[in-house]
Amino acid sequence: MINQACGSGIFVNFAGNLEYTMNILVCITSVPDTTSKISFSDNNTKFVSAGITYIIGPYDDYALARAVELKEAKGSGNITVIHVGEADSEPVIRKALAIGADDAVRVNAAATDGFFVAEQIAAYARSKNFDLILMGRESIDYNSGIVHGLVGELMGIPSISPVMKLEINGNEAIMDKEIEGGKETLSAPLPLVLGCQEPIAEWKIPSMRGIMSARTKPLVVIDPVTHSKLIEFEKFELPAPRTTCKMVSETNVEELVNLLKSEAKVI
Amino acid sequence: MSVLVFLETSDNQIKKSSLEAMVYGRSIASMSGGTVSALVMGNPDNLSEASLCGAKRIFQIKDERFTYSDAQAYSESLIEAANQSSATVMILAKSAFTDSLTSKIAILWKAAAATNVVSLPDSVENFIVKRSIFTGKAFEYIKLNSGNKILSVKKNAVELTESPSAGEIIAFQPNLSSRAFSIKSISSEKATGEVLLSDAEIVVSGGRGLKGPENWSLITDLAKVLGAATGCSKPVSDLNWRPHHEHVGQTGIKVSPNIYFAIGISGAIQHVAGISSSKVIVAINKDPEAPIFKAATYGIVGDAFEIVPKLTQALKAVL
Repeated sequence: MINQACGSGIFVNFAGNLEYTMNILVCITSVPDTTSKISFSDNNTKFVSAGITYIIGPYDDYALARAVELKEAKGSGNITVIHVGEADSEPVIRKALAIGADDAVRVNAAATDGFFVAEQIAAYARSKNFDLILMGRESIDYNSGIVHGLVGELMGIPSISPVMKLEINGNEAIMDKEIEGGKETLSAPLPLVLGCQEPIAEWKIPSMRGIMSARTKPLVVIDPVTHSKLIEFEKFELPAPRTTCKMVSETNVEELVNLLKSEAKVI
Repeated sequence: MSVLVFLETSDNQIKKSSLEAMVYGRSIASMSGGTVSALVMGNPDNLSEASLCGAKRIFQIKDERFTYSDAQAYSESLIEAANQSSATVMILAKSAFTDSLTSKIAILWKAAAATNVVSLPDSVENFIVKRSIFTGKAFEYIKLNSGNKILSVKKNAVELTESPSAGEIIAFQPNLSSRAFSIKSISSEKATGEVLLSDAEIVVSGGRGLKGPENWSLITDLAKVLGAATGCSKPVSDLNWRPHHEHVGQTGIKVSPNIYFAIGISGAIQHVAGISSSKVIVAINKDPEAPIFKAATYGIVGDAFEIVPKLTQALKAVL
């Protein structure tokens, strides 16, 4: 069962003061690390995971780090991580707990597409009172970049991405959002769904104490909800290999100019 | 199958990537005998290019409240324009802003969505499209199973070709819900007069090999001669030598220019992932073993401080 006591609300602390606790949901992906060589099997229909190291999605890792910072700064609150994936992704969830999340939920299903993932997250979050739902701006495997927006819309709350700075002031979030060629400072009332990116926070390396405590933190496994299957996967493809690099002498930059002009025809 | 294309602007210009989306939308419409309309905000200087690229009708909104910080108003407007023009397919140019539109519209308009699309559908009946995944390291083919569809097209995946059309301009005043304009913009900082990195035809990027921000004129001088945007590697933006919005790579901006110059950049796999859809990659590095030469089309091994000024001069002579 899911711990209902972590719902957002007004609590009376030991000093007898009214205190607003912040309740954050961080959505994480489990993805091949950024140095992975990508290959497929079974007639280009299966991703080859042998030899691949899985990590928390780098953008999700920034979101998690900022959630931990916000909770530390406030001295109260709860961070839940949610992941849509099969049991083999549990080490990645444990790592998120070691970094500082308080509890975790795994929706027991392969993440087939962005819609599916968003529907699972929204179905879970709808029954809770999260002030913030944070995730990366996109997953680095399927690069859809739309899950935060889908979750926001499914829940009927605003979503903003890519957020590179986040401060909470009472019931309001002040954010810097990256725009092409610069940034924009925005404010919006909570609750919000945010797609995060650097430099919102520094990645956190789990401490030994964090790793030990992560082992006993609650990790609840729930079944997926049914979803509208709008997208059907057909097959993968690898890009054509690049031709070998043509070397030009350092004393002959004119040759490079000629190649760009006559051979590649790009200038 | 009629199509609606969203034309995103920057510095009062329709972005090149949005014109590419226009051409893509035109192709889908002609595959199925439909028409293609467009929606634009404001009065961009190059509005006529939209009709050159095939727009039959242009829904034009002139409303100061519309900003790129609020996706709600744009999403509702696009849906209303699509319904008015009987469009069942919406095409956008992939960007951080259109990601927000794509997801909102997918839910509100009950549409199947695909981002980062690099090919036309195999047929309008099947609607299988190819999209870029693993940050350019692979592709997937997916089928969109829904009456309404929304696609965002990856930059430089479509060649700009003209097919002049009427481009009738319709002054458009959409009915907006109370959810529009709930996000408040406090301020914005934007580099003006510079070529947009993600939209650029040529990108000149520098890495740690340049030794410090004081040497960046090497990069900017070359960029100036080429009319190029400037970029940098992750270490350079982490060290604050250059602003974060110039960081090119897996967790930064993904570029797909005609020429990408990697100067003093070793070519970590994360950097290469962000540049892999460039047409031509030129690498200049003093280390012949640098992995960037594996990704490059042309390479020069040597000291960037000597080579780059010579290259800038040589290009100045021919351009």
